[in-house]
Amino acid sequence: MINVKELTKRYAHTTAVDHISFEVAKGQIVGFLGPNGAGKTTTMRMLTCFLPPSSGTATVAGFDVLEQPMEVKKRIGYLPETPPLYPEMETAEYLKFVGQLKGLSGAELQKRIDYVCERCSVADVRNKLLGKLSKGYRQRVGLAQAIIHNPDVLILDEPTAGLDPKQINETRDLIRSLAGSHTIILSTHILPEVEQTCEQVVIINKGKLVATDSVRNLQARARGAESILLEVGGRNGNLETSTVQQKLERVSGVSRVVCKHQVDSRAFFEVESQKGRKVRGDLARAVVESGWDLNELRPAAMSLEEVFLQLTGQDAPAEGTAAKGAQQQ
Amino acid sequence: MRNALIICQKELRSYFSSPVAYVLLTLWGVVFGYFFWAALGHFLTYTVESQMSGRMYSINLNEQVIRPLLQNVAVIGLFFLPMITMRIFAEEKRTGTIELLVTSPIRDLEIIIGKWLAAMLLYCCLLLFTVIHFLFLFKYGNPDWKPLVIAYVGLVLEAGAMLAIGTFISSLTKNQIIAGATTFAVLILLWVLAWSDFSNAGWAHVLAYMSLVNHSESFMRGVVDLKDGIYYTTLIFLGLFFTARSMESLRWRS
Ligand SMILES: Nc1ncnc2c1ncn2[C@@H]1O[C@H](COP(=O)(O)OP(=O)(O)OP(=O)(O)O)[C@@H](O)[C@H]1O
Ligand SMILES: [Mg+2]
Repeated sequence: MINVKELTKRYAHTTAVDHISFEVAKGQIVGFLGPNGAGKTTTMRMLTCFLPPSSGTATVAGFDVLEQPMEVKKRIGYLPETPPLYPEMETAEYLKFVGQLKGLSGAELQKRIDYVCERCSVADVRNKLLGKLSKGYRQRVGLAQAIIHNPDVLILDEPTAGLDPKQINETRDLIRSLAGSHTIILSTHILPEVEQTCEQVVIINKGKLVATDSVRNLQARARGAESILLEVGGRNGNLETSTVQQKLERVSGVSRVVCKHQVDSRAFFEVESQKGRKVRGDLARAVVESGWDLNELRPAAMSLEEVFLQLTGQDAPAEGTAAKGAQQQ
Repeated sequence: MRNALIICQKELRSYFSSPVAYVLLTLWGVVFGYFFWAALGHFLTYTVESQMSGRMYSINLNEQVIRPLLQNVAVIGLFFLPMITMRIFAEEKRTGTIELLVTSPIRDLEIIIGKWLAAMLLYCCLLLFTVIHFLFLFKYGNPDWKPLVIAYVGLVLEAGAMLAIGTFISSLTKNQIIAGATTFAVLILLWVLAWSDFSNAGWAHVLAYMSLVNHSESFMRGVVDLKDGIYYTTLIFLGLFFTARSMESLRWRS
């Protein structure tokens, strides 16, 4: 449905998108993932014929964005990064205007307006001025205008930005329910969002394509080696970290043990297993049998987040994308 | 064309559902009202004086009241039109709504014509306000209505050209103040080009010919001159054409 080949966009001083290629099959949901300034918005703008590419080609439903922009535009619903709202218009009036722009009229238009108001939960602000809506409602109206003409392809730039948790879930459900009959590309920095809604991920960083794969494959790639967090406590108020560490290292299947930090008689370890080995049971037994308390044992969040950070070459999960994702959850 | 009308309708609705149209109408009303009052006052004292002195001056409402007033309408328009056009594209670019328009299945030219048409209609509302004043003259005097109609055609054409220029300038920037100020400067220059007729050289004639006012004179006198009509229409086409070019090139550059 969407076919991108060697797509490039150069600005005066930067190359925002650098030879990106990927494909999206009909009915799929693709997550477009990347840190700030990666070139997500720029790529989407090229797909929607807002910006012409510097080189490379992109086709939507078989139509080239440069050669037949009209045909492409007819088939696309687009939610830009900032919802394109006119503050002096009321919600229903605005949706009617957008519907007319997309070629709807009469009873059909009215039906679609009612439908999208319902679907995007904006029915209660139908007669409110757009300029007076809260950020979340603005986002929802933006989503409503994107789907008003029931387009084949939906391009959503950060569709859940600024929504409350309940609404985030509803929006994700909405997006998921649209898949199948619609082909959807959505951009986000929130990794769990991709895990929950998308089938396919395209990861870009600094304008370059880093990985494109199905969510399941990427997760499997991440799961190869397991990383486990352990909290061990001493019984009588003291604990020799180095002893514990040696003990843990001797458990079979463990490749690396790092002592993160120690508070009084409690110590925190991060244990990495060899590929494909399950070591949690053995670790627990080793700790308990040596007479220490096992306060906590859990797998470190090894998810897309880590793959993403590995792939984009950032390794401090405390800041940037990962932290943002974690906060918004 | 349906798309241009949709855009035009939306623009008109934003003019009239925000204070823009009402503020412009009020200010216009105050300014033109004063001009009308002063012009009529002068005319009345003049008539009374001429009757008292017993001499018969030729008294002509068209020549002495209507024509100067209509010329003033054009001058007031020079100040008001940049205020109408400055937001036309600059605002859409700043708020990002241009992204909606450009990614919808309509042509750039349809967007431009729709917006220009809406600005024209708003200006016609302002003109309508002046028509109401002149209707009073018909009630109490007996002016000739034909030159008045022709003068209005001239005013509308002239405004069309000025609005097309303003639309073009607004498409170059996302800053409304810059768009408004530049339009104002350009229009004033085009206006006063008429003064370059002090010289007999060829270039002076060309400059003077390009002036906006020089072409409105025949209309104001109630004479339709095809040349002047063509001049304004050409300006309108050029303005809208360059706006289309600018929309395209801005997309390529940014
Ligand atoms: N109009 C422009 N002129 C020059 N450079 C630009 C322009 N727009 C974007 N860029 C640059 O292109 C790069 C990619 O920007 P883009 O907006 O596509 O990133 P993004 O992935 O959408 O980021 P974010 O997650 O913050 O939305 C950035 O380095 C940005 O500075
Ligand atoms: Mg972006």
